[in-house]
Amino acid sequence: MNAHLQPTGSAYFITKETQEIERHTLSVLVDNEPGILARVVGLFSARGYNIESLTVSETEHGRRLSRITVVVTATPRTLVQIKLQLERLVPVHKVHDLTSEGASLERELALIKVAGSGDHRAETLRLADAFRAQIVDATVESFVFEVTGKPSKIDSFIALMTPLGLVEVVRTGLAAISRGPQGM
Amino acid sequence: MAERMTGAEMVIQALADQGVEHIFGYPGGAALPIYDALFQQDDVQHILVRHEQGATHMAEGYARSTGRPGVVLVTSGPGATNAVTGLTDALMDSIPMVCITAQVPTTLIGTDGFQECDTVGITRSCTKYNYLVKRVEDLPRIMHEAFLIATTGRPGPVVVDIPKDIQFALGDYYKPDLETLRHQSYRPQMDGDADAIEAAVDLMLKAERPIFYTGGGVINAGPQASEHLRELAELTGFPVTSTLMGLGAFPASNPQWMGMLGMHGTYEANLAMHDCDVMINIGARFDDRITGRVDAFSPNSRKIHVDIDPSSINKVVRVDVPVIGDCERVLAEMVRVWRSKTNQPRSEAIAPWWKQIDKWRAVNSLGYKNSDTVIKPQYAIERLYEATKKQGKEVFITTEVGQHQMWAAQHFHFDQPNHWMTSGGLGTMGYGLPAAVGVQVAHPDALVIDIAGEASVQMTMQELSTAVQYRLPVKIFILNNERMGMVRQWQDLLHGSRYAHSYSESLPDFVKLAEAYGGKGIRCENPAELDAAIAEMLDYDGPVLFDVIVEKDENCLPMIPSGKPHNEIILPDTANIGDIIDEKGRALV
Repeated sequence: MNAHLQPTGSAYFITKETQEIERHTLSVLVDNEPGILARVVGLFSARGYNIESLTVSETEHGRRLSRITVVVTATPRTLVQIKLQLERLVPVHKVHDLTSEGASLERELALIKVAGSGDHRAETLRLADAFRAQIVDATVESFVFEVTGKPSKIDSFIALMTPLGLVEVVRTGLAAISRGPQGM
Repeated sequence: MAERMTGAEMVIQALADQGVEHIFGYPGGAALPIYDALFQQDDVQHILVRHEQGATHMAEGYARSTGRPGVVLVTSGPGATNAVTGLTDALMDSIPMVCITAQVPTTLIGTDGFQECDTVGITRSCTKYNYLVKRVEDLPRIMHEAFLIATTGRPGPVVVDIPKDIQFALGDYYKPDLETLRHQSYRPQMDGDADAIEAAVDLMLKAERPIFYTGGGVINAGPQASEHLRELAELTGFPVTSTLMGLGAFPASNPQWMGMLGMHGTYEANLAMHDCDVMINIGARFDDRITGRVDAFSPNSRKIHVDIDPSSINKVVRVDVPVIGDCERVLAEMVRVWRSKTNQPRSEAIAPWWKQIDKWRAVNSLGYKNSDTVIKPQYAIERLYEATKKQGKEVFITTEVGQHQMWAAQHFHFDQPNHWMTSGGLGTMGYGLPAAVGVQVAHPDALVIDIAGEASVQMTMQELSTAVQYRLPVKIFILNNERMGMVRQWQDLLHGSRYAHSYSESLPDFVKLAEAYGGKGIRCENPAELDAAIAEMLDYDGPVLFDVIVEKDENCLPMIPSGKPHNEIILPDTANIGDIIDEKGRALV
């Protein structure tokens, strides 16, 4: 009757993870076919990998190729598995780990709505200018800014806007590309 | 040259052009046009199953025993969902399969139509690839591509979901043409890297305690791969062990054979894996039933891993020399490179290793205490093995999942690849009976035996009706202990012998059941009568349910228990397995 006091064993063995978690940006070239995003995302959920950000759009219309930029956090060992598992998917052409393959550029675009009046409005505009944010919509009591740059720059801009009447934010997720003449 | 025909006709024509002779299926509303096309031709023969899961396992048995893809045809909705277990099974064990599922008309998709389900969504994670055909123009290419993907690289199941209006639509059919098939993103690597193979052979040439650890990849690479493995083993003089899936690739009658390894593998195979200095993994994937505790797995060896799937490399165990490629080609290269470096096996250098192995062998880890009052399950399999050897027929064995499966792997011996069909990765109870039907369809004159348990066999029992309909003389050899024996064994091991729902309080009379289906039933509970009863089963020209009443609480040993490395294997003379795992081991999940 005190069975619940005994820890139960099972048929499985789990070894402790000793490696540190890292954040990497992967660029995945895929056939733009129905269900491809579900296939990629399904792989991540089925195997327990973490996605931080995911961006997808067709990049070569003629060949119907899409490029998925996905930011993942995992141990170095799991990162290799993620790359190999992605490559195993039939419609995946190539997978590049931009973070470990050398220098790369990472950019994101955000649309940020800020409402306010008086001094706040002037301060908002000054900061937007400093961040080179463009005004894409304006009313007497609100602005929508378009800001591009590294995710950290967008994070700081949002942080500054928060006390000044931030209403809402929409971000594209990361687009990344390697530096230098080589393509994927 | 294009030929004008309906989508349904294209499906059948594509099957014929792919050389498909048999398909396993079950009709339904959405599949009717394909069935109508099937009715009007003679190239492709259809086997009507009793449940779609049966169709998938039949296709697996067919594929595993022939090396050709198994083909399944089912209707939409429940037809497709019933096939999911078999698809997953085929994915886990890398079995080439093409499963055609019918779908509601495209205009009804998304409306929760009658017998509609999101087949591609449901099967996405249990197939190698899947298609929803939205235009009849795409159908010929998709059909041929499905066969290409299912059979090449690491084989697996492919689903082609075809809406009913596409089956009726007229279009141009094209014969398979490799040039037009997918080649952009799908290019499995077949040839192993020459430097890697060289490095592997160099490592093998220096080995003092080597072992070949082979798996299902050798079987999947075709009978030639097994030939090369035998040649390489002979050249090197190294011992050979194999996973459950790889049995038969290396002959069990060869003195270099160590028996199966892993959780219920032999003492000598597991200890040799633990103590080796060079491990040569050919087409196996370091499954958790093989490695036990990963951090204590073969701690002092350099590891070579040959696998066609790059994602298998370093997935579970870190290896020193990975070789990505088809086992057949890589083994052929290894033989060539070895020959170019030496003419001698490493007999002298590894003589102490063989001496050690002989000591382990002397433990006789597959031994058991026989009885003259009750049939021991191991004894039943041994007698079955001896009897089948005298038949002069090709013998194929399938199994269900559980203790009987492990006993079959331990006590039935295989000298040829493709003669052993079992559900390894997924562990699907109910696999064996339909798989045997599939094997028998492919090999009508062979002796096909499903070594079963009374619990597993009831999961797909209805396929006996299929066997009777098509006069397929499969023999179902049930080791009946009135228990889910492996579950009962784990409950002894880990749960204080509290037998939660691991026994059958109501079993059918298997003899009467066999007769009700139109087959023959035999029951045997006396060891002295076993040989005669087996002979009666083998002599009967038709399906037989053979109910062997065996020892109820026999444990399947040897066994590497939870939380233990290979060298802490439980041997058959252990009295009470309940005392073996300590608190620390129990807490491991």
